[in-house]
Amino acid sequence: MKRRNFLATTGLSLVLAVAATTSAWAENAKLKIGFVGVTSGPAAAWGISNQRSMETRAAWLNELGGVKIGDVTYDIEIVPFDDQKDPKRAIAGMEKMAQDGIHYVVGPNVDDGAAAVRPVAEQNGIMYFPYAFPKELYTAPASNAILGMVANYQSGPAIYKYLMENKGVKKVAFIAGNESDPLSQRDSGSAAAKALGLEVVSDTVTYQMDTTDFTPVLLPVIQTAPDLLVLSGVSPANAPQLIRSARELGYTGLISTETAQDAAVLAEGAGELANGFISVGGASTPELASDAMKEFVKRYTDMFGEYNDESNTKVYALEYIIETLKANPAAIDNVEEFKKTMDTFSAPNPFMVGDAKLSYVGTTSFGQKRQVSVPLVVNEFKDGKFETLFVAQVD
Amino acid sequence: MEQILANGLYLGAQYALIALGLTLIFSLMNVLNFAHGQMYVFGGFVTYTVVAQFGLPFIVGLIASALVLAVMGALIERFLFRPVIRKSKRDESTMLLAAGIAFFLDAVILLLFGEKQRGVPKVVNGVFNWDMRLIMPYDRILIAVLAIALIVGFILFMQYSRTGRAMRALAQDRMAAQLMGVDVDRYSMIGFALGAMLAGLVGGLLVTITGINLGMGGPTSVKAFLMIMIGGAGVISGAIAGGFILGMMESIGLTVLAAYGDVTYLVIFVTLMIFLAIRPQGLMGKPWG
Repeated sequence: MKRRNFLATTGLSLVLAVAATTSAWAENAKLKIGFVGVTSGPAAAWGISNQRSMETRAAWLNELGGVKIGDVTYDIEIVPFDDQKDPKRAIAGMEKMAQDGIHYVVGPNVDDGAAAVRPVAEQNGIMYFPYAFPKELYTAPASNAILGMVANYQSGPAIYKYLMENKGVKKVAFIAGNESDPLSQRDSGSAAAKALGLEVVSDTVTYQMDTTDFTPVLLPVIQTAPDLLVLSGVSPANAPQLIRSARELGYTGLISTETAQDAAVLAEGAGELANGFISVGGASTPELASDAMKEFVKRYTDMFGEYNDESNTKVYALEYIIETLKANPAAIDNVEEFKKTMDTFSAPNPFMVGDAKLSYVGTTSFGQKRQVSVPLVVNEFKDGKFETLFVAQVD
Repeated sequence: MEQILANGLYLGAQYALIALGLTLIFSLMNVLNFAHGQMYVFGGFVTYTVVAQFGLPFIVGLIASALVLAVMGALIERFLFRPVIRKSKRDESTMLLAAGIAFFLDAVILLLFGEKQRGVPKVVNGVFNWDMRLIMPYDRILIAVLAIALIVGFILFMQYSRTGRAMRALAQDRMAAQLMGVDVDRYSMIGFALGAMLAGLVGGLLVTITGINLGMGGPTSVKAFLMIMIGGAGVISGAIAGGFILGMMESIGLTVLAAYGDVTYLVIFVTLMIFLAIRPQGLMGKPWG
């Protein structure tokens, strides 16, 4: 008798479990969004902040019941792929996304990876959101890449102009890591500085990405006595060391970069020597962050233990994909529809206070709208946190 | 010129300490420990955790790094390398195992300590400035002195202690040492633990200067291999010489060749290729191994 009861109970439980699972699956369809970027090695912080931002936002939206696109409600599933900052791996990652039937991918994080995946994305109908600056990715005939942040050739001139007018900067020096991203950012930064009438006193010194002592690297740069030292394309891992070495060598001028940085990393690595360091941030300064942004930061911290300030920018790409799909549900598996929608797309920006909008920009830089509109927030590091220096918009 | 020499000496001291651990393990067990850089990174993160997270003094962090890495090294030798060496006569078995441990440690570091660059506050504030001819922050001077002291301590330990003599005997001729009553398993384990401990100590020392991140392991291993190839694999004095030579070459190259872009390591690699073609055993290595 007992045995019969046991079997009946077990059978019933199994039926109920299968029914519950089936009904849960039937409740929401899955919308897979890919991420191909670097989540290991020295630049891991760039990709991990991307992936975690997407996972945090996806979990949040799923918790709210999913995202309604047309008549269908979807749960968002993030499919990550670590390209290890290797273009060959980035291609493999994008091919995996194509095999999984994914049409929207965030990443890659660097120039050569973004350039390498272009043929795969175009052949397989994938829109991708790189954090890489080569203009040919975004200018016609290319049309599948959308720049996920503000490029250095957009932020650099704005920063230099501000510093010329407000801090009396006349002489500028550039130093860059010996990789494609930092080098191209150095070249465009140097050209922009010259165009503004600044004297470029040094722009040839570079360093290995795995350098552990920057004193010998910086010595010839500091000897040129610049008013502004630009750390072109500097990774969050190298920025504190460069700042510290420059200050220890007696440099008292301004230091800036056009990449996003992390306040905790700067505070730990350079302490008060990083005070005055100027970098590009996102939308989470106290003046700009909406309640949704604060909630995002809290959820990110709860999920992963520690927030990364770079996510102030990285939070946007997934939001743009979802909101554009909402605006045109036909784009769910047809990127040509997505492209059509981009020209007129506009939606409220949940992460900023006021009536800020999500929209696609880039006409001035690329001749077509192939860039997400995120605020260009220029920060100054002071006593362990960022303070907003000025805010601008890219058109 | 003074600045170049000082930078070279500072770099050389830390490089030599990194290379010592690697060459010790190679000399005792004929194992190319590709995970040496990851051990260095792990040591840095242990010091970071103790100092920055728990708020304990730097010296406690340094001791914790040494202990944790020594235990890790002993366990790796006992449970991974020893059985593989016993069962396989092929060198590539231990090389593959070492590479696997490197990947494993990378994953563990990411899980335990995260992806961010980490650092601890300066141990000593202030900068030594000799009329702008020689500028050196006091904390770098301290770390260089500590590194040199550790190198001297290591040499004395290997020269005069019973354990050091046993390990040297093992390195010279494993079979003869065994026949003379040296407990090969025991001293292999102690040697591996000592090598790992040295890697952890350097990581702990440098976390105050350069900080630490999970991507530093691979490049550190490459540099360590460069040093022991210059000095002669398995020779302690060779590792020290290799470390100081690489540090000095880097310092000179970064200053003299700065105008030509980042060609310092290109020149170093070309020089090393030519050098190894002429003297494949390195400066102090023996041609027969």
